[in-house]
Amino acid sequence: MTGFVDLRDVQLAYSGHGTETLALDGLTMAVNRGEFAAVVGPSGCGKSTLMKLATGLIRPQAGTVEVAAREVDGPVSIAGMAFQNPSMLPWRTTLQNVMLPLEIVQPHRKRLGRERAAYTQLAEELLSVVGLAGFGAKYPWQLSGGMQQRANLCRALIHDPELLMLDEPFGALDAFTREELWQVMRDLHAEKGFTTILVTHDLREAVFLADRVFVMSARPGRIIVEHEISFPRPRPIDLTYEAGFNDIVHELRGHIAEARAAA
Amino acid sequence: MSERWIKAAPWLWTLGLFLIWEGSVRAFDIEVFILPAPTDIWAAIVKYWTPIWTNSLQTLMTTTIGFVMAVVGGLALGLAIGWSRAIYAGLYPLMIGFNSIPKVAVVPILVIWFGIGTVPAVLTAFLIAFFPIVVNVATGLATIEPEMEDVLRALGAKKMDIMLKVGIPRSMPYFFGSLKIAITLAFVGSVISETVAANSGIGHMMLAAQSQFNVPLVWAGLVALAVLGIVMYAAMAWLEMRMTGWAHRSGQR
Ligand SMILES: Nc1ncnc2c1ncn2[C@@H]1O[C@H](COP(=O)(O)OP(=O)(O)OP(=O)(O)O)[C@@H](O)[C@H]1O
Ligand SMILES: [Mg+2]
Repeated sequence: MTGFVDLRDVQLAYSGHGTETLALDGLTMAVNRGEFAAVVGPSGCGKSTLMKLATGLIRPQAGTVEVAAREVDGPVSIAGMAFQNPSMLPWRTTLQNVMLPLEIVQPHRKRLGRERAAYTQLAEELLSVVGLAGFGAKYPWQLSGGMQQRANLCRALIHDPELLMLDEPFGALDAFTREELWQVMRDLHAEKGFTTILVTHDLREAVFLADRVFVMSARPGRIIVEHEISFPRPRPIDLTYEAGFNDIVHELRGHIAEARAAA
Repeated sequence: MSERWIKAAPWLWTLGLFLIWEGSVRAFDIEVFILPAPTDIWAAIVKYWTPIWTNSLQTLMTTTIGFVMAVVGGLALGLAIGWSRAIYAGLYPLMIGFNSIPKVAVVPILVIWFGIGTVPAVLTAFLIAFFPIVVNVATGLATIEPEMEDVLRALGAKKMDIMLKVGIPRSMPYFFGSLKIAITLAFVGSVISETVAANSGIGHMMLAAQSQFNVPLVWAGLVALAVLGIVMYAAMAWLEMRMTGWAHRSGQR
């Protein structure tokens, strides 16, 4: 069985300044189409590296990476990405920032000139879904960190990607904003059905959002545990305070503690 | 009211400085040959207004032409260096080496090639103003956030896209910021060259006045230089504000 995102026996080493850093070794994981996967693991175990591999930003030294049943041999361009740092361009308004991918990805790039009004409306609708209605004309520096992160999500989704890659996108936010954005994320995923890979340090976030949580070993990283999360959807936020939920969080925490100790 | 005083402060201090200067020259009976009083300098400015004006225009012209050449060349080379690691690796050490030569040492060579006059002044201004523009533009390009680049590359963006959408807009504050330094340096280059090898320009006028022991005119030349320098600097500062307001507003959160 192959997944929508499929990594098999992947090895990746960074070289530079005469030293080699083996970031990933023998990593195998498969994420099904439409699935929400979360990846957790000790710091520096190669999670961000995994994201870059799956989007074709870097190539593995050994093993195969397939996305949508095609071997990845360059940037996949069906993906949207969002990182912990919102990295909005300060000379563009929020709306212009959100619409940036449309200026790059085909077929939107070709159409954008003629159908700008329709695309603008699309972007404004997306902004209102994440709770930023009416903020499109503001510049990023006029937004709070949480608002910038919402805009960042919009930018990752504006071109309707089949694959959404999130690398600790909520890491720098306060607890309330974070929970709010979990719900935004949950609803967007339910509505649009894109495949998602979320890297996070927050186990509650992983368990609340994901269908499956992958636990990585310490560097060189590989998948050591795969945990199905079978709570029915839509999941209410109160779920995160229930005993069954916390049991899973605890169990995952134990796996990571072991992985760290083994390193 | 305090706001007004702050606004007026530079003028009041300047006025105060001139008053102390005038007072000291009179009180200690300092000879004009050593230090002319502001009123002597003013008298020289009025008396020699025509040569001061025409020589100022000459200096302004050589500075401006050299500066514009430096902007065009510096922008082009800065973009090239920021674009390609190979160009960067090859050219950067060369430029550091070149920049460490004091430019006044180049003037004699320029004179051999082009003779005494306008051309060496323009070229000295160009050579000296060129470097900070290159470095600043290249820095702006080199410091694109890797995450921003990843986001765009994952979308299939080509290098050209990243340059146009991110690199060039990003380097503009660096570029416009460097213009203030570049214009000041171009001015220095022009005046140096005029002092060594020219038959017009403020630098040449001051040297000629000195050889005739016309000390007030030498000082009048200095005043003209100060005024020119301030005006050109202010013009660049204004341009910077106009062109890259976003960088200042986003800087102060
Ligand atoms: N460009 C690079 N050059 C050299 N080494 C790198 C590079 N990027 C990452 N590494 C190394 O590879 C390993 C994995 O890095 P990666 O960023 O994937 O970890 P991570 O799991 O995302 O860490 P964190 O949880 O802190 O975000 C680390 O040891 C890191 O030092
Ligand atoms: Mg990381």
